[in-house]
Amino acid sequence: MPPRLRAVLDAVARGLCALTFDQRMAAGLFAAIALLPLLAPLLGGGYVLHIGGRAMILALAAISLELLIGVGGMVSFGHAAFLGIGAYGAGIAASHGLGTLAVALPAALAASAVFALLTGAIAVRTRGVYFIMITLAFGQMGFFVATSLAPYGGDDGLGWPGRTLMLGTHALKNETVFFYATVGAAAAAYVLTSRLAASRFGRVLRGLTGSETRLQAIGFAPYPFRLAAYVIAGTMCGAAGFLLGNHAEFVSPAYMHWQRSGELIVIVLLGGTGTMYGPVLGAVVYVLLEEVLSGFTEHWKAILGPILVLVVLFAKGGMAGGIEQAVAAWRRRRPGPRELVEALATLARRRAAGRSAAAVARWEQAGEAARRQRDLVWPIVKRALGRARVRVAAWRGDLGVMTEEGLARLFQQRRSLTLALGRQLDGLLSLLKGTVAEAQARWHPWKMAFGRRLVSLVLLAERNIADAAQRWKRR
Amino acid sequence: MSTTLLIVQVLNGLQLGILLFLVAAGLTLVFGVMDFINLAHGVQYMLGAYLAVMLYGATGSVLASMALTLPASLLCGLVLEALVFRHLYQRHHLEQVLATFGVILFLNQGVKIVWGAAPLNMPVPAILSGSIPLMEGLRYPVYRFAIMAAGLGVAAALYLGITSTRAGMLVRAGATDAPMVSALGVDIKLLFTIVFGCGAMLAGFAGAMVAPILSVEPGMGDQILILAFVVIVIGGIGSIRGAFVAALLVGVIDTLGRSFATDLLRLFLSPSTARTIGPALASMSIYLLMAGVLAVRPAGLFPARGRA
Repeated sequence: MPPRLRAVLDAVARGLCALTFDQRMAAGLFAAIALLPLLAPLLGGGYVLHIGGRAMILALAAISLELLIGVGGMVSFGHAAFLGIGAYGAGIAASHGLGTLAVALPAALAASAVFALLTGAIAVRTRGVYFIMITLAFGQMGFFVATSLAPYGGDDGLGWPGRTLMLGTHALKNETVFFYATVGAAAAAYVLTSRLAASRFGRVLRGLTGSETRLQAIGFAPYPFRLAAYVIAGTMCGAAGFLLGNHAEFVSPAYMHWQRSGELIVIVLLGGTGTMYGPVLGAVVYVLLEEVLSGFTEHWKAILGPILVLVVLFAKGGMAGGIEQAVAAWRRRRPGPRELVEALATLARRRAAGRSAAAVARWEQAGEAARRQRDLVWPIVKRALGRARVRVAAWRGDLGVMTEEGLARLFQQRRSLTLALGRQLDGLLSLLKGTVAEAQARWHPWKMAFGRRLVSLVLLAERNIADAAQRWKRR
Repeated sequence: MSTTLLIVQVLNGLQLGILLFLVAAGLTLVFGVMDFINLAHGVQYMLGAYLAVMLYGATGSVLASMALTLPASLLCGLVLEALVFRHLYQRHHLEQVLATFGVILFLNQGVKIVWGAAPLNMPVPAILSGSIPLMEGLRYPVYRFAIMAAGLGVAAALYLGITSTRAGMLVRAGATDAPMVSALGVDIKLLFTIVFGCGAMLAGFAGAMVAPILSVEPGMGDQILILAFVVIVIGGIGSIRGAFVAALLVGVIDTLGRSFATDLLRLFLSPSTARTIGPALASMSIYLLMAGVLAVRPAGLFPARGRA
């Protein structure tokens, strides 16, 4: 292999190693999609690019929604409003002869941002189901405003000949150019959103989904963070709308209908929320499903519906969840904690055999530390488990002679006890997770593996307790 | 805007409100007791309408078909519950939304496959077909009064059932703290199934009642579903009383808005502007109402006790 090629390959490999799993998946997806124009002649020409462009636009919209759902814990059921606003921005600008990128795109983005700011100011005050409903209401409002836009087509929608001008040329009219524009936009959105999610801003947002009170206690006001996320997501989806309008050279109120918002949620969940490549994958698969099924029968929605139900019932975490499980199963090695520590120590010794005495000592020391940690934590877990078992056994014994009132009291007791146990385990768990994170930061593979194992042990203990409680309840 | 028209529209609004209540009551019960977002509630309403039309074709009698629709839609609800919804109670709201959205897609399309995409019709029952003179130059169809009466009857029965029967007590207890009820030896799964079945039956009943006055078509449930969600959010999730008040409010405001918004706006704006803005404002009125209510009272007008 020539040295230059080798250097390039090394650089690529190093680059890939530096990426997270999520980024690797996304890079692979985008790279595969970017190759589509090469395959287009085999698959039926421009039409494939048209479909691919649609998938990428939906991916962009889904990424923006993932910022709300996955990072911010805000399930927006009116996200399609921004698609419509972006598309109307493109259409209205074009119908006034202002269809240039320099005018239409900023106008569409600004309109989306303003709408997001106004509606978000009210919506992000609410939580949970109420947030779902109020965003639904705002989405429907957008829909009805669009139907009454009589100068711009009203119910019938607005078509415009030719796409937005780019630098005074009709470059976007070319299907390949437009396709790459959509791929670029979706990839940019991916990078931006995952950076955002990893930043301090993203961490605060994620923290808010865990415990708002805790975040407030350490000095973060939730409102501005949520609102900012809502506006960012809305603006990003406005960009998707701008592309969508240009893609079809047409916009109608149907773009903003609540079923569209439902579709966007479907895409995010199908792909797998909690990941950033999930929405991209979801959009691609959704568009593929739509194409394949609708080619198969006009009643394709009757097939899509049960698929969605099955995905929810059996594939937790969507496709990304499935991939994660497959990867985990592939990597799984399940020695007990003792064997694990021994194996690690052996491995360390073997690795260090050819190296200096100092290295050997370091590895030995590391193994020792791991053992110490195990000895420290294991009894706590065992004690917690043992106590739970004793309690459960005691309850079982008592059940025979219980009056109804006693049963109720016992239930209360059990509840508070399980809660207390759960809290203990919680504390232990966060301690361990901290260790794992720290090890990760300092790159101690053995420590990480050990820590993960302990985390899974604690989770197991938790599950055991829950199981015991469940069994007790059934009696 | 004449008084006659105003009265007719208020009556229409009340009738829409009562229908909305029938749909929203089931929705809010399911939501309150099981913490389950059922987007598929609208298609149960649609199924009710289709079943009524089908049974009318089979029996030839409108009243009989409506009576038969009740057990039929109960059955549909129970089947759906056993097949799909039962497995979703413990899941995250997001997953419930996705799965029930799938059910909507399936049933909307399924109805199209079975009965075709063209709207179906069904006559008004013969004994309720006339109209009553209310005042000079104002006659109002008997059937619409019958809808109101039936709806009010159901509302009263629901109220009595929930406040003063044992099952109602369990439903209220379940809405407050389901695990506790379960620990006291109540079969919570059966309770959930019953509540769900009742909700489905109410929605089906509403569908059967509108079958003679609206066209029965696929997707007819989606519009009413959104309205019903608006109703239960305004009324406070889990509260039957709230659903009743909010349903009447939404029905009247929506109907009056559609008939009078343009005329009202014409008082301030030029006619062409009013014609443009009027219909949009009318369609938006209930959403504005909901946004307003949530901005002031984030948990609705009558928040059910025991939840935030």
